[in-house]
Amino acid sequence: MSPALSRNLTIAFFALLLAGAISPMALGEAKFPQWLEVVLGGLMSGVLYSLVALGLVLIFKASGVFNFAQGAMVLFAALSLVRLMEKMPLAAALAVTVVIMIVLAWLIERLVLRPLVNQEGIVLFMATLGIAYFLDGFGQTVWGSDIYTLHVGMPKEPKLLLEKTFEGGILVSMEDVVAAILAAIMVALLTLFFQKTATGRALRAVADDHQAAQSIGIPLNRIWVIVWSVAGLVGLVAGIIWGSKLGVQFSLSLVALKALPVVILGGFTSIPGAIIGGLIIGLGEKISEVYLGPLFGGGIENWFAYVLALIFLLFRPEGLFGEIRIDRV
Amino acid sequence: MTRMIRTKAAAIALAVAGVFAAAQDAAAQSNEIFIPVLVYRTGAYAPNGVPWADGFVDYLKLVNERDGGANGVRIAYEECETGYATDRGVECYERLKSRKAVAVNPLSTGITYALTDKVPQDKITMFTTGYGRADSVDGSVFAWNFPLLGTYWDAADMLVQHVKKKGSLKGKKIALVYHDSPYGKEPIKLLEERAKLEGFQLLLLPVTHPGVEQKATWLQIRQQRPDYVFLWGWGVMNSTSIKEAIAVSYPRLQMFGVWWSSAEPDVTPAEDAAKGYNGIALGHSAEKDMPVHKDMIKFLYDKGKGTAASKNEVGSVLYNRGMISAMLTIEAIKSAQGKYGKRVVTGEEVRWGAEHLNLDAPKIKALGFGDIVQPLKPSCRDHAGVHRGRVHTWDGKQWSYTSDWLEADKKVEQPLIEASAKAYAAEKKITPRDCSKES
Amino acid sequence: MIYRETGQFKTSYASDQQLFPILQDRVFVVGFLAFAFVAVPLLASEYLFLAILIPFLILALAAIGLNILVGYCGQVSLGTGAFMAIGAYSAYNLAVRLPDLNLLLVFLLAGVLATIVGIVFGIPSLRIKGFYLAVATLAAQFFVDWLFARIKWFTNDSSSGSVSAPPLTLFGYTIQTPVEQYLFVLAVVCVFALVARNLTRGAIGRSWMAIRDMDVAAEVIGIRPMRAKLSAFAVSSFFVGVAGALWAFIRLGSWEPLAFDVNRSFQLLFMVIIGGLGSILGSFLGAAFIVVLPLVLNQLPTWLGIPLSTAMISHLEFMLFGALIVFFLIVEPHGLARLWAIGKEKLRMWPFPH
Repeated sequence: MSPALSRNLTIAFFALLLAGAISPMALGEAKFPQWLEVVLGGLMSGVLYSLVALGLVLIFKASGVFNFAQGAMVLFAALSLVRLMEKMPLAAALAVTVVIMIVLAWLIERLVLRPLVNQEGIVLFMATLGIAYFLDGFGQTVWGSDIYTLHVGMPKEPKLLLEKTFEGGILVSMEDVVAAILAAIMVALLTLFFQKTATGRALRAVADDHQAAQSIGIPLNRIWVIVWSVAGLVGLVAGIIWGSKLGVQFSLSLVALKALPVVILGGFTSIPGAIIGGLIIGLGEKISEVYLGPLFGGGIENWFAYVLALIFLLFRPEGLFGEIRIDRV
Repeated sequence: MTRMIRTKAAAIALAVAGVFAAAQDAAAQSNEIFIPVLVYRTGAYAPNGVPWADGFVDYLKLVNERDGGANGVRIAYEECETGYATDRGVECYERLKSRKAVAVNPLSTGITYALTDKVPQDKITMFTTGYGRADSVDGSVFAWNFPLLGTYWDAADMLVQHVKKKGSLKGKKIALVYHDSPYGKEPIKLLEERAKLEGFQLLLLPVTHPGVEQKATWLQIRQQRPDYVFLWGWGVMNSTSIKEAIAVSYPRLQMFGVWWSSAEPDVTPAEDAAKGYNGIALGHSAEKDMPVHKDMIKFLYDKGKGTAASKNEVGSVLYNRGMISAMLTIEAIKSAQGKYGKRVVTGEEVRWGAEHLNLDAPKIKALGFGDIVQPLKPSCRDHAGVHRGRVHTWDGKQWSYTSDWLEADKKVEQPLIEASAKAYAAEKKITPRDCSKES
Repeated sequence: MIYRETGQFKTSYASDQQLFPILQDRVFVVGFLAFAFVAVPLLASEYLFLAILIPFLILALAAIGLNILVGYCGQVSLGTGAFMAIGAYSAYNLAVRLPDLNLLLVFLLAGVLATIVGIVFGIPSLRIKGFYLAVATLAAQFFVDWLFARIKWFTNDSSSGSVSAPPLTLFGYTIQTPVEQYLFVLAVVCVFALVARNLTRGAIGRSWMAIRDMDVAAEVIGIRPMRAKLSAFAVSSFFVGVAGALWAFIRLGSWEPLAFDVNRSFQLLFMVIIGGLGSILGSFLGAAFIVVLPLVLNQLPTWLGIPLSTAMISHLEFMLFGALIVFFLIVEPHGLARLWAIGKEKLRMWPFPH
């Protein structure tokens, strides 16, 4: 497929999506405030997906590994924080959890990544599948199977905006707004980290070309530990936001599977791609569920994201912002 | 190199030995009655499964400790983790039934459906206290299923009656937010029937396992503005529903959960914000001070033999339900022993015992359950025995009853039960028993 | 000493190309089959059939299917559960709506329907590779889950969404007892395993392996990727569909869509990885391992005398699976089948060191 065709199809795809998103309002089925609420709700849940996808992208960028265990790491971090908070104040619990995630990253690098260095991507992917299962069992053994509530001071009651302008007002969840702001701050910090610090530069070098980076003296093993730690910390933030909204329990890691379509849409190696991909997936899901769902009896959002990603893969496998893969034979 | 081969060979030999050892499960002692305990303590449904399991196992332990067994015959039991998955439940059942099991409580409507075909051949009585197939009330077709204390059609009917008292339902909207599984789908038939009779519009909103993604569901509820929401969830779905309801400002006072969706694990994550949330109670709520609770503490927890993580769990809603389910199983066994002799009874005898169970109020009081179990008398025609319930409401700290006793309307249910049972009998080529001939 | 080929001369191409060229292998296989068909029904307890042998055989069949796709052709698939579901529901609908149809035909047709859907979902594989394809197959998995839960026609308008299989009658004979079920499943699996082995030994299998190893080079030498990949999807889905029908009818009896969810897909993938990618025997070994492990873990407390709660055992199971996947990927990426092959090689040398 030529780049021009691919680009045109992408534009057509998004035009269709946009049309689909606006259609309920245009056709008169939904009033503007209701539609806006669905849009906001979709964007907010998209932020949650983006946070998980962010960790995925980080690890893929730097070590070429598709980390299937990202969801499990998010949950593990959140669970550790919740259970530790039962015994110590928030700040101390956060510090200990950060240490735990760094130790986890080190262990993964040592026990899984190092022996499997130079293997194909699919082997590493399956290894992360194994890690996900291990973390699932281990996390529940250590921290328990109950659902735990995470109290980090997020506002719970929703706010009703613009009641005078629109009838019924627009319901905005303050928790989601705080989550979005936190995510934005984290993305900004990460971008700063990658662009301005020496370690960030080293990470980008490793992402570019492992061998070249090694030849100029960048220690690969240490870089991988750093990357997995950063991904773990991103996972911790994601876990805090998710946990505060939904409560923490290991079954939630299933929902983190949704990060996969996000990364496909946004591109495996792009941080802004993860954010934008997440927003698009979240938005598409909610609009399709609320307006298309009743026609089919509901439950569409389980597969909508994946089918969307599948269609997108057919004409733009590298994602919106990813690098085009050129296979050299 | 040879050492590696030797270790690999040893590992393989060990594995093979393990296979055959696993195949020899210890036969149950011949002087004990064996009850397989199908529960789940992991996974998305663990928060609600664990207290039920604790209550069930605790009561079995209590019967052994305090009474020396059912009429002197000790109860042997073994837990098996099903994770609420039907195939694992079937696996557990197949594995444990060879130990001469007499009764089984699957704690899942999905597993109930799967086992309904198997229990008649294996001659094991299946107790589905407060869950299971709604049509299994008809004992002439479902001879081995006992949905004691009430079914989901009862629950749905009672809820409709309760909200009808607040004002006619004609032209109103009732939304059913349900778990997309046999459990959640069970009340739909009755609600559709009631919608026709009362003139309300029924909104069906399925939530897929595990039930954490409900934002779209509640956005739809906010748009459609139903007058009442009935919640038929389980596990983490329940607490998520309540949290999402809070997020869209749907008044909790207009939410009614079935008796499996109105317990502490569902409301405590949302804490004070869940105030006003209602549920239909299966005759009991979170009573903690019945004589049986005191016995639990005295005989089990004070001696460190209790199953629950802490004795504060004793008396919570689901703990009580597990306890009551175990009590009914044991009483059916005792009823069988009354006719067949105070010995180890077979599954078939327990089935007779369950069908001829007669637990009136004095007997229930004598067992230490006070008034938290409604008097029940199952019969061939009615395997549930009683169809009553009350509404209880969460006030932020505890549950309290907020309605009078409700009873399911037989006139509405009976035709549905008969039609469904008849269809099942035709499909499975079962000749229904003649209830008038049963003694 | 005992495993030598000396004296075994082949005088025709047919005998040279046979499945088991070495006499000792043939003797062993015949003996093993005789044991499986004759001795096991006489010796094994009902529990052994129900809990170990029947699930092992059916899951081995599904694992063979998945191995063809992942191990021989290199296309990662996380949607195997969906194809099992398609096989199961197709068989159910055929058996209920056409009750006079022969049972074998029902299963084969169920496989065919799964094949058609498999080809449709295999089309993306022509453009996507690796874990992109894994995500595409996940789309199949979740979509099919939703389809069978939502569209009432598939479940014969059952109000609960749960369906139960009609009794199995083959040529007038009802298959009811565990022994009968075991023999039926064993016969089916033997036939299918033979077919699979011969497919992988033939030209089509070689084209799959060429695509797996270097797809661009394969295309250069004239192997058509579309034909190879789609045929892999087709054959794989056929096997998995039949396995799904067997699983539903014989093992479960009564099921709902969640019986074939994404966890089932992962379980099959684990079997294939642990057993050995690209090996029919590996599918059997992996299936045996995964079926037996939970049972052994359940007995562990009684052996070791340490009381473990069922929750703990469940968690241990997860941890062990995860750890074993990583272990096998690091130590023996070719899985248990490779260990078996090494064992046979050593046996050929025995008792000499080299």
